[in-house]
Formats: sequence, structure tokens, C-alpha cells
Amino acid sequence: MPQIAQLAATYSSQIFWLLLTFGLVFFVIGLGMVPKIQSTVDLRNAKIADDLARAKAAFARADEIEEDCRKRDTENRASAQSIVADARAKAAAESEKQVAAADAKIAVQIASAEEAIAASSAKALTEIEAVAAEAAQDMVARISGGEVSRDAATQAVKVALAHG
Amino acid sequence: MAESGKIDPMHQFVIQPMFGTGDLSVGGYNIAFTNSSLWMVVTAVVLWIFVAGGMKRSLVPGRWQMSVEFFTGFINKLLTDNVGDNGKKYMPYVFSLFMFILIGNILGMLPLGLLGVHPFTFTSHFTVTGALAILSFLIVLVVGFWKHGFHFFSLFVPHGTPLPMIPVIFPIELVSFMVRPFSLGLRLFVAMTAGHVLLKVLAGFVINSTNAGAGYGALVGIPSFTLMIGINALELLVACIQAYVFALLTSVYINDAENLH
Repeated sequence: MPQIAQLAATYSSQIFWLLLTFGLVFFVIGLGMVPKIQSTVDLRNAKIADDLARAKAAFARADEIEEDCRKRDTENRASAQSIVADARAKAAAESEKQVAAADAKIAVQIASAEEAIAASSAKALTEIEAVAAEAAQDMVARISGGEVSRDAATQAVKVALAHG
Repeated sequence: MAESGKIDPMHQFVIQPMFGTGDLSVGGYNIAFTNSSLWMVVTAVVLWIFVAGGMKRSLVPGRWQMSVEFFTGFINKLLTDNVGDNGKKYMPYVFSLFMFILIGNILGMLPLGLLGVHPFTFTSHFTVTGALAILSFLIVLVVGFWKHGFHFFSLFVPHGTPLPMIPVIFPIELVSFMVRPFSLGLRLFVAMTAGHVLLKVLAGFVINSTNAGAGYGALVGIPSFTLMIGINALELLVACIQAYVFALLTSVYINDAENLH
């Protein structure tokens, strides 16, 4: 077994070169490079954890905003409905008032028109009487050759008109 | 060896000086640059290339960065689970230890022999695994005495031990503590050595039986070769598991020193 047979001749060289190479590995790689690699890993883990936390917070914030928005939306809808109802009531009252005013105006117009009609029909009636009386005088003169006084004719016409 | 038809399964563990540095020494100690040293250097370079490829430090990692971060995350979790938050400061050491052993194990298994290169598994030498184990053990001792002073000896008296039992329990716990570096180092050395020997023995079966004739080759060589494929997969698993066990036990021992009951 060379491990034992060569022990006395080679132990110093083995240990020397081991300490040299392993020492270099320890100081250059172990102390020089490994902490940097590990810090990169730690940095990345911290960043991932941080990002996750931020995302979670953003999620919560988004939920909050959505809730807020929904609440405002409901409020706005309710206020809009009340405004619409108000406007409707106001418009109804307004139109009622206008209708009433128009009604009154129309009633006045109707009354005056009726009055005018009555006046003109009365006037027409008297004119008809005059015309009829004249016509009656003429008719009497042509038929009988007699003369009828104006008053008598008018009287007769009146009677006839009253009887229809 | 090959001429005599005898294949030595232990030959793969022989340490040979390279580039004529066999006599290189410092203070009377031989420090020849051997094939073992070469593979330690290769391991360190491969590990450096691997980790350097993951240094882009981008927020969204690519595949390479992802795989490097997988290993750092793995060790980080290992230390957090076993030592707690205090364990993070041992990350450089345990990461270096785990990756150095893992890549050393795997490089030693690569079929580079096909290209004429002879891979050498330095983790199959207990001079190496033992030195690493003693290093871990020393860290535990230093941290333990630094943090807790002589109170660290209470590690050898488990919680709730009745007073009369302490003189008996204490030596037992002390021995079990002192054995740790040996068990730590030997476990890795034995696992790697056994696997490589087994593979070489089976490979020897394939070669020797085929040399003895086509019939023997079919009868012995093919089943041996099939078995080798399975054992190779198993050895890849063992290479990872042993590196993991080494790192795991190191962190468990560090936990003893860091969080003394």
C-alpha cells in the first residue's frame, strides 16, 4: 500500500502542497469570492421578498380604491336620482301653473267672445227685424196695394219672430 | 507488471515526483512536486474556474451562476441547519473544504487515462485527508477554547449526567472527541481507496480473462465490465457523499464549539 509504504518519504511534500493549494483555495475562493456570491443571493432574496411585499401592499391598495370607487359610485347614483326626482317635481309644478294660467286666459277669451257673439247676434236680430219689417211692408203693398205703417209691420214681424 | 500479466491495483496510489523536483526541500523537509501535488493544483484551478464563472452577480442568474449559487446555498443551508446563524462565518472554510474534496474526488475518477494522462486521487491518501481532518479539528479546538475557555471541557460531560457518573463519562467522551480527526480523515481515505482498488481489480479481471482467451473474456470479462459500470456510478455517488460527510461532520463539530450546551 503506497499510502503507508511511501509515508515517510512523501508526507512533508503532501502536507506542504495541500496547505499551499488548499490555503489558496481558502483565501482566494473561500474568503474572496464566496461572500460576494452569497451576498448576491441574499440581495436577490431580499429583493424578491421586498417585491412580494410591495405587490401585496399594492393589491390591498387596489382593493381599497375599488371599494372607495364603488361607494362613491353608489353615492353619485343616489344623488343623481334625487336630482332627477326634484327636477321632475319642479317641472310638474311649473307645467301645472302654466296650464292654470292658460286656462284662466282662455276662460276670459271665451267669455269676451261669447259676449261679442251675444252682442252681434242681438244686433243681427234687430237688423233682421228692420229688414223683415220693410219686406213685410213691401209684401203688403204689392199684394193688397194698401199701405202699412212701419210700426205695424215691425210689430207683426216681432210677433212672427217670437213664434218662430 | 503488464508483461507478467499481473496488474497491481495499488499502483495508482504511488506518488511520483514530477518535473525532476524529487529532491526539492525546505528546512530538511522534502517538498517535491508530485503527481499528487499536480492534482491538488488542478483541483484548485478547476474550482477557481468554476466559481469565477459564477461571479457575474446578475440579478437573474444564468446557468453557470445558478450552479455556483447552488453549491454556496447548499453549504449555507448545511451551516445554518447545523450551527445556526453563527455558522455563516465558517462558510468560506466549509465551502472550500467541500468543493476541494468533491472536485478532487471527481477529477480522480475521470477516464483521463484514455488520453494518456494518469489521474491521481489525492483524497485516497491519509496524509492529505488526515491533514484536512486535523485542520477542522484545530478550528474546533481554537473556537471552543476561544469562546468558552476552560468551560469548553463541559463538552465532555453531557447534559444531565449524574454526578457520580462524571468520572466515568468524562474519559469516554474525551476519547470519543480525540478520535474525531482520525475517523474524519480515515473515512474519506478508506472510501476513496476502496472504490479505486475495486475498480482496478475488476479492470484487471477484464484484461487478464480476455488475454486468456475469447471464451474466458466473455465468461468473466463481460460481467466484470458490467459490474464496473455500476460501480463507477456508485463511486461518483460516493465521491459526492464523502465530500458531503466531511463538510457535514466538520459543521457538526463546529456546532459543538460554537454552541456549547
